[in-house]
Amino acid sequence: MTRPKLKSFHLQREWCKGCGICVAFCPTSVLEMDSQGKATAVRLEACIACGMCMLRCPDLAITVETTDKEEKP
Amino acid sequence: MTIRKYLRERFFPHMWCPGCGHGTVLNALVRAIETMGMSRNEIVMVSGIGCSSRITGYVDVHTLHTLHGRALAFATGVKLSKPELNVIVPMGDGDALAIGGNHFIHAARRNIAITALVMNNRIYGMTGGQYSPLSGCDVMAATAPYSTIDPAFDVVALSVAAGATFVARCTTYHVKEMIDILRQAILHEGFSVVEILSQCPTYFGRANKLGDAAEMLRGLKEGTVPVGSEAKQKNPALIERGIFAQQEKPEYCAEYEKIMQRARAGRE
Ligand SMILES: Cc1ncc(C[n+]2csc(CCOP(=O)(O)OP(=O)(O)O)c2C)c(N)n1
Ligand code: SF4
Ligand code: SF4
Ligand code: SF4
Ligand SMILES: [Mg+2]
Repeated sequence: MTRPKLKSFHLQREWCKGCGICVAFCPTSVLEMDSQGKATAVRLEACIACGMCMLRCPDLAITVETTDKEEKP
Repeated sequence: MTIRKYLRERFFPHMWCPGCGHGTVLNALVRAIETMGMSRNEIVMVSGIGCSSRITGYVDVHTLHTLHGRALAFATGVKLSKPELNVIVPMGDGDALAIGGNHFIHAARRNIAITALVMNNRIYGMTGGQYSPLSGCDVMAATAPYSTIDPAFDVVALSVAAGATFVARCTTYHVKEMIDILRQAILHEGFSVVEILSQCPTYFGRANKLGDAAEMLRGLKEGTVPVGSEAKQKNPALIERGIFAQQEKPEYCAEYEKIMQRARAGRE
């Protein structure tokens, strides 16, 4: 069984309040704050699809979709 | 995203401050409900007053937004009249244990099948940062400019002593743990209490110079350990997370049904 991989990453900008929680705890530094004080994915290729940003976001602004666990890369 | 069906998206972005832990509790709660595949019709959420209590406005289940400290009283009525529904009561630390302390201990004593959440940010967020019965000693608050001298309740010990049959603690940093604990608490047949250590960066964080929301989450990460771990013996200041009580005891609605049957039989 392979690790689930990233299928899609969506950040709903209007809901993001720029708290920085997702940026601070992303294990692979995928996210950064942009000039308007919103989080943005700048290195999606490094995303390991752990989903922690989605689960911790207090504004429910992030959706991380993964490939099926069974699926071959 | 399947959790969307449990949200009233028309009210988003929500009213909480940037980095407020209450949003993460909402996030985990709808995910816990989603993993159980519950229909929106079988859930009732009842809240009182406070920033935390505003959570009922954002979930698309049956909701009641009631009086400060009295959510459990309203919820008791709902549960007794419709025991087949899952009743969840999210409360603030002030709501649950200052003004609502009496309702809290008696709901626990009756072991009525309600899921009580204590969203503990150690402060009255909504009214501007007054200290609460969960602030603890030596913290700064709007009503304690020279720091507090009141010790905090231990919510876990209090709940167990009062009779709650499922008692757990988690944090807004340990979100997977929170989802799992919320799921178990909702499934439990009896009074369940989940204390969620949460952050109010606007009042508690600022008054106590704890940094931004991420910094406060680091505090929850480093200040807590799984229940029963050795680290706690070495450093008693650490706060334990996990499940502290989980037992079966006669549930209030079931006992009430028995009394009703006895009363009906007596009349015949
Ligand atoms: C009977 C009554 N007394 C006092 C208030 C004022 N009041 C509103 S919210 C609140 C406390 C909120 O603190 P907490 O329950 O911890 O919720 P938080 O805002 O921190 O999430 C108080 C004292 C009220 N609304 N009703
Ligand atoms: S955690 Fe959510 S609200 Fe906070 S910066 Fe990231 S996306 Fe925005
Ligand atoms: S899913 Fe994990 S790795 Fe990917 S952006 Fe979010 S926190 Fe970072
Ligand atoms: S005042 Fe505190 S508890 Fe209320 S929304 Fe702001 S951060 Fe959250
Ligand atoms: Mg509070």
